[in-house]
Amino acid sequence: VALSTATRPTGSAPRAGKRAGQSRAKQRLRRQEGLAGYVFLSPWLLGLMAITAFPMLFSLYLSFTNYDILSTWDQVEWVGLDNYRRMFTRDPSYWHAVQVTLTYALIAVPLKLAAALGVALLLNRERRGVGLFRSLFYLPSLLGGSVALALVWRAMFGGEGAFNDFLSLFGVDNAPAWVNDPEWALETIMVLAIWQFGAPMVIFLAGLKQIPTELYEAAAVDGANQVRQFWNVTLPMLSPVIFFNLVLETINGFQGFTSAFVISNGTGGPVDATLLYTLHIYNQGFGEFRMGYASALSWVFLIAIALITVAFFSTGRFWVHYSDGDD
Amino acid sequence: MSLVAAAARIDEQPPVRANPRPSTRRRSFLRVLMLIGILAFVLYPLLWMVGSSLKSPTEVVSNLSVIPQEVTWANYPDGWNYIEGISFGTFFVNSTMIALATVVANAVSCLVAAYAFARLRFRMRQVWFAVMIGTLLLPSHVLIVPQYVMFKYFGWIDTPLPLIVPKLLATEAFFVFLMVQFMRGIPRELDDAAKIDGCSPYGVFRHVILPLSRPALVTTAIFSFIWTWNDFFTQLVYLPSPTSYTVPIGLRLFIDSSGQTSLGPMFAMSVLSLLPVFLFFLAFQRMLVQGINTSGLKG
Repeated sequence: VALSTATRPTGSAPRAGKRAGQSRAKQRLRRQEGLAGYVFLSPWLLGLMAITAFPMLFSLYLSFTNYDILSTWDQVEWVGLDNYRRMFTRDPSYWHAVQVTLTYALIAVPLKLAAALGVALLLNRERRGVGLFRSLFYLPSLLGGSVALALVWRAMFGGEGAFNDFLSLFGVDNAPAWVNDPEWALETIMVLAIWQFGAPMVIFLAGLKQIPTELYEAAAVDGANQVRQFWNVTLPMLSPVIFFNLVLETINGFQGFTSAFVISNGTGGPVDATLLYTLHIYNQGFGEFRMGYASALSWVFLIAIALITVAFFSTGRFWVHYSDGDD
Repeated sequence: MSLVAAAARIDEQPPVRANPRPSTRRRSFLRVLMLIGILAFVLYPLLWMVGSSLKSPTEVVSNLSVIPQEVTWANYPDGWNYIEGISFGTFFVNSTMIALATVVANAVSCLVAAYAFARLRFRMRQVWFAVMIGTLLLPSHVLIVPQYVMFKYFGWIDTPLPLIVPKLLATEAFFVFLMVQFMRGIPRELDDAAKIDGCSPYGVFRHVILPLSRPALVTTAIFSFIWTWNDFFTQLVYLPSPTSYTVPIGLRLFIDSSGQTSLGPMFAMSVLSLLPVFLFFLAFQRMLVQGINTSGLKG
């Protein structure tokens, strides 16, 4: 192309002019598009600045002060790292909250995903009624986060609730008062979380449909039984979906609030047994009006969640198998 | 490709394996039996709630049976007027207003932001997109204290504004992401054709993207409604006085009195509070199930 324009200088002049005109028009269009981009983005950008970024920085500042909602701004004192020190040394409920939240996430999330995968595997083999089953299993995921269901759980797992009535059918008369028993209150809340396995199940089911039939046929030809097919075909092929669900459910798990709040009537009790971290933030900020301390709690929580997310993504490459990639 | 079409396609796919062995039928029977067993466990709490809302005070709590010995409707009017001076009607009106406003705010603001991310080239697009994905993982509990202080300064406490204004600014990143994913499926040739016909980026949005994004808008609207309807945390923080209570906050008042007599009304109001979500579920179950597939949305 360069050679032809060099040999025909007369022809190239008008063409170059046309090209310059075109690129000017193109530039104008691009500028217009760049401007339109920011016009369309402006509500989101404003939201990012005013509703997310500014409050985050503001909360960082508050976390170094003794601010409570009642005092005026000139009464606010800079207390340095005092809030953070208090968290780790002078607030026994803090370590309870950490322990409760970790227990909740580490037990409820894997069990929920196991239930989701198990039911998805059963459903995947079925031909008829899949749509109906899928919808009905999904229903608790829509309703379970509500106050109403937490109230139902509270009544069902009370000392004289339906669950103990059920146990007495089997001659169990000394059953605990689940939600009122420090040993069992958290487990009750976990059962409520696991009960909502429908949402990850739907995602697993879609993932299972994507696994090519040929892989199973090849495995069967090689003499793999169903158990080996599950370990060597299903699990690796499903690992991106498992990863996705694991990240999503873990982050959601750390943010549980409603069930613990309603079942413990806002106290996180009995004896801090259901004091999820979010509940501790709420109680310190809006119950005790320690807004500075609650901000410090929030920042530690944020950093913890960020670290866990990073940990997930950095370990993911060791066990998540993407069939179209290299690893 | 519309979400409904996608959902239908998944259902039409052939079974993973056609197993010709004779034991298949027995296995299938066992599987269905197991599925029904699990389903019974899953549906029991819901059925028990509905059943208990119709039981008389003497049989409510400890009774694990789903069917009441004797059907009493009295729990419904009792629950409706349980709180002195304010009926549940007020709470339902408040919840409905907030939920509807949120639906509109989310649909408009997220659609506009998603168009920028999905279709327009502008400076720092990648950076902003990454920031948007980052905010997906940001727990709302982390921001509640400073936001509360800010909204209190504006004088917005006890009004629906702290619940609605942030949604006008596309802060629900889930829906922005959902719509970006959806718009990426709209053929770019349509944009190009509109541009050749002289459409500006605004024209393309108006004449191409907006009409074709209807399925994503419907999904966003349904999830916005259900999430707002079920939301407890932010409403608890921002709506402190009983006249501005929403249904979940009103329901909470039943905890304080856990005597036998108030349990029936509590179940009755619980059933009513879930009714709109359940109706949405009946009407749009295909879309809901497909909606979480495309974006991993939570119910």
